[in-house]
Amino acid sequence: MRTERQAVIVGGGPAGLAAAIQLYQQGVKDLLILEREHFLGGILRQCIHDGFGLTRFGETLSGPEYAHRFIQQVEDLGIEFITDCTVLDISHDRVVTAVSKAHGMIQVKAGAVILSMGCRERTRGALSIPGTRPSGVYNAGVAQSYINLQNIMVGKEVVILGSGDIGMIMARRLTLEGAHVQGVFEVQPYPSGLPRNIEQCLNDYNIPLHLSHTVVDIKGRERLEGVTVAQCDEQLKPIPGTEEYYPCDTLILSVGLIPENELSLAAGVELDPRTKGAYVDEYYQTNVEGVFAAGNVLHVHDLVDFVSLEAEALGNAAAEYLKVGTLPPCPLEVKAGQEVGHVIPQRVSGTRDFTLSLRVRHPLRDCAVVVRQNGKELLRKKMRKALPAEMIQMKLLGEKLSSTGDLEVCVE
Amino acid sequence: MKYDYDVIVIGGGVVGSAIARELTRYRLKIGVLEKESDVCTQTSGRNTGMLHAGFLYKTGSLKAQCAVEGNAEFDQVAKELDVPFKRTGKLIVGFTPEHRERLERFMERGKANGVPGLEIIDRARMDEIDPSAGGNFAMYCPTSGILDPFQYTIALAENAVKNGAVYHLNTEVTGAQALEGGAHLLHTNKGDFTSRWVVNSAGLNSAKVSEMLGIPGYVIAPIKGEYFVLDKKAGAFAKIPVYPAPNPNNTFDTHATPTVDGNVLVGPDSLEVDDFTDYSATQASMDGLIESGSRMFKHMKREYFIRNFAGIRPKLIDPVTREIQDFKLELRPEVPGVINLVGIESPGVTSALPLARRAAALLAGQEKLEPNPSFDPIRKGIVKFSEQDRETQAKLIAQDPNYGEIVCRCETVTRAEILQAIHNPLGVCTVNGIKYRTRASMGRCQGGYCETRITAMIREELNKKPEQVELGFKGSWMFTGFMKGGAAK
Repeated sequence: MRTERQAVIVGGGPAGLAAAIQLYQQGVKDLLILEREHFLGGILRQCIHDGFGLTRFGETLSGPEYAHRFIQQVEDLGIEFITDCTVLDISHDRVVTAVSKAHGMIQVKAGAVILSMGCRERTRGALSIPGTRPSGVYNAGVAQSYINLQNIMVGKEVVILGSGDIGMIMARRLTLEGAHVQGVFEVQPYPSGLPRNIEQCLNDYNIPLHLSHTVVDIKGRERLEGVTVAQCDEQLKPIPGTEEYYPCDTLILSVGLIPENELSLAAGVELDPRTKGAYVDEYYQTNVEGVFAAGNVLHVHDLVDFVSLEAEALGNAAAEYLKVGTLPPCPLEVKAGQEVGHVIPQRVSGTRDFTLSLRVRHPLRDCAVVVRQNGKELLRKKMRKALPAEMIQMKLLGEKLSSTGDLEVCVE
Repeated sequence: MKYDYDVIVIGGGVVGSAIARELTRYRLKIGVLEKESDVCTQTSGRNTGMLHAGFLYKTGSLKAQCAVEGNAEFDQVAKELDVPFKRTGKLIVGFTPEHRERLERFMERGKANGVPGLEIIDRARMDEIDPSAGGNFAMYCPTSGILDPFQYTIALAENAVKNGAVYHLNTEVTGAQALEGGAHLLHTNKGDFTSRWVVNSAGLNSAKVSEMLGIPGYVIAPIKGEYFVLDKKAGAFAKIPVYPAPNPNNTFDTHATPTVDGNVLVGPDSLEVDDFTDYSATQASMDGLIESGSRMFKHMKREYFIRNFAGIRPKLIDPVTREIQDFKLELRPEVPGVINLVGIESPGVTSALPLARRAAALLAGQEKLEPNPSFDPIRKGIVKFSEQDRETQAKLIAQDPNYGEIVCRCETVTRAEILQAIHNPLGVCTVNGIKYRTRASMGRCQGGYCETRITAMIREELNKKPEQVELGFKGSWMFTGFMKGGAAK
């Protein structure tokens, strides 16, 4: 095992694969992808439903099919990867330490480190849901893994908390496998997943979606016996007197995703409390020189197509960094203003085109995304509707930017 | 007449397991009847994991004697049994003159009990010891420590088994019948057992078992306490357990304690309940803990919450005055063959071995005990990959490649450790059993990554069908079975 590489890519999911291919095509060929699972492809492997690839490939694919297009290319190009290999640490000076059964302890000094570790699910503990601790309480992605990768069924009478996309997709999946899904309960007054999933996964199967509701108690000592659900007020607090008991043996949680940045923190990467991912500039470079991040480790995406596109942009930037030895400074801050949950990137040079990604805080109608610098309106994009579930992307042209003065993004 | 065992211990908690282990020093056939699927599932595992110093308890009480004795010997015990343990010391903090007065009173009591090194310190000293602690002054107790109560109980049980004791899990005593000469016939859901001696260390059910064995009249008040478990990121701020000044009832309100593994526990609150089995977390307690915990620990933030749990302490109370009583350890002449332990609660983990020695002494007072020549006090736990330096980790992988496969990423637990846990000496085969032995799934993702792998390993290693895999308690099934098409290739 060589101990120096131009770039090490941590995670062989959609972001890592797209970044690696792009780096290779830009002439950076001394690459190593480290993947902790037995196969490349990341979470796409268990996403056997379709709807992937409309933006990136102009056709609809299943998760494994979408992943396969990238994996095939990685193999065709001869990009080196190690599976069953978990990264333990990334140092401030970009030494990546990893272990695998086949290779033992590996230490590689990387010219550039690409963070593409994806995200994990929020848990019951993070939400502090009251009640007992029986079996039968599953995160949606865990249930999806059991069903789609191990062919094991998790229960029969199901309640789903959270209207995240995976939760809705699991509502359909469980129904197709013979379980009875009693309903999906969402604490917010609006769904947190995509409209198309509400149509295709809930409405088509007569599964009710109850907005402004949450689980306030879990019953059962051995196996789950039921949950108590209550209506919530505008502060998302349960309203006393509205409790309703649902007997069930399975509770599926789809209550949010958190970028998985423990390795990033070890490397000295600073995180944005809004995205829970790194602060990056328009080159997707973090505050640590030579460490880049894209995909769900940077901010949770709605569609994998945008993950691939973002990682490809990262690939171009990291290739430039490796060729030139440095990237231009990005002193201007991009601020999330009114109604904007977060923005990516958070810093820009003010001299080049860049892609701005953002999410709104609340569902809005007949609004406009407005980008201003030094009081001047740079861009105004009118939107018939904007949903927190959907990422908004827009291109800002370098010629319109000034090299001084922070930018502010608002939705009005 | 031939009996199944010389001694049957009812209850495989920390005290029962300590007694079983202590009695294997002698030529005795020991059986432990545990109603749950593992040791340490009730009070022994549902606490703060403190090695108490012994300043809180009435001078001369069994609680005080056992805590001081158990504290003093624990470095040696931890070494023998390979139990994670840190002698951190502890701060008991105060805000008001009334608090100071109470702390001084407890310092005096502690000194009388034989607790070494107690002193009242000011804020400047507190900042040297742990700046994240709340409070204006504190009593500093250098001998307090933190340990892993699961690992400790498991270690005691495994060492007992190594020295010849037999554990019967999922075996609940439903009745007892006195035979000739102090021997007993015990009815259980797994059939009958006979034994010359019976030890009652049934914890929450100790009054019930005591009555079955012919000693009625004890009243146990179940006192429930809830906890938050905080992420290791919060653990980076907590160096030492920080307790508030004892309340007027001489017990502690909510405290913040680093665990020996680097998390932080915030709790417990204290509420008398009716149900001895209700471990549910409640919204009211959670709200209370967030409020009171924030006073003790400045980093009580929602983003650090990873889990909640509750424990129930079996407090022996006077049936009339309802005053809390000392530990009860007795051998009554009118009830021969029964060693009775009732109301063993905090500081039960610290006191387990001292209580076990006292129980053994009661037995030795009745018959001559022959030493067991093959008794070995040493127990080795599973070698934890995450605790080794890089060089040792590389060596471990070279010796056993399964150390190179990370199964639980949050706690960096390898396949080699999970395999050892699956084939544990007690024959425990639940997902929680593996968790308590390795820490797999105890981290911030709560099994999101590793649980699917662990259940698959249980199925493979123990040749179980999906519907036979259980989370913890007997009956806590996880799957209905394979879907159409059968096992995944």
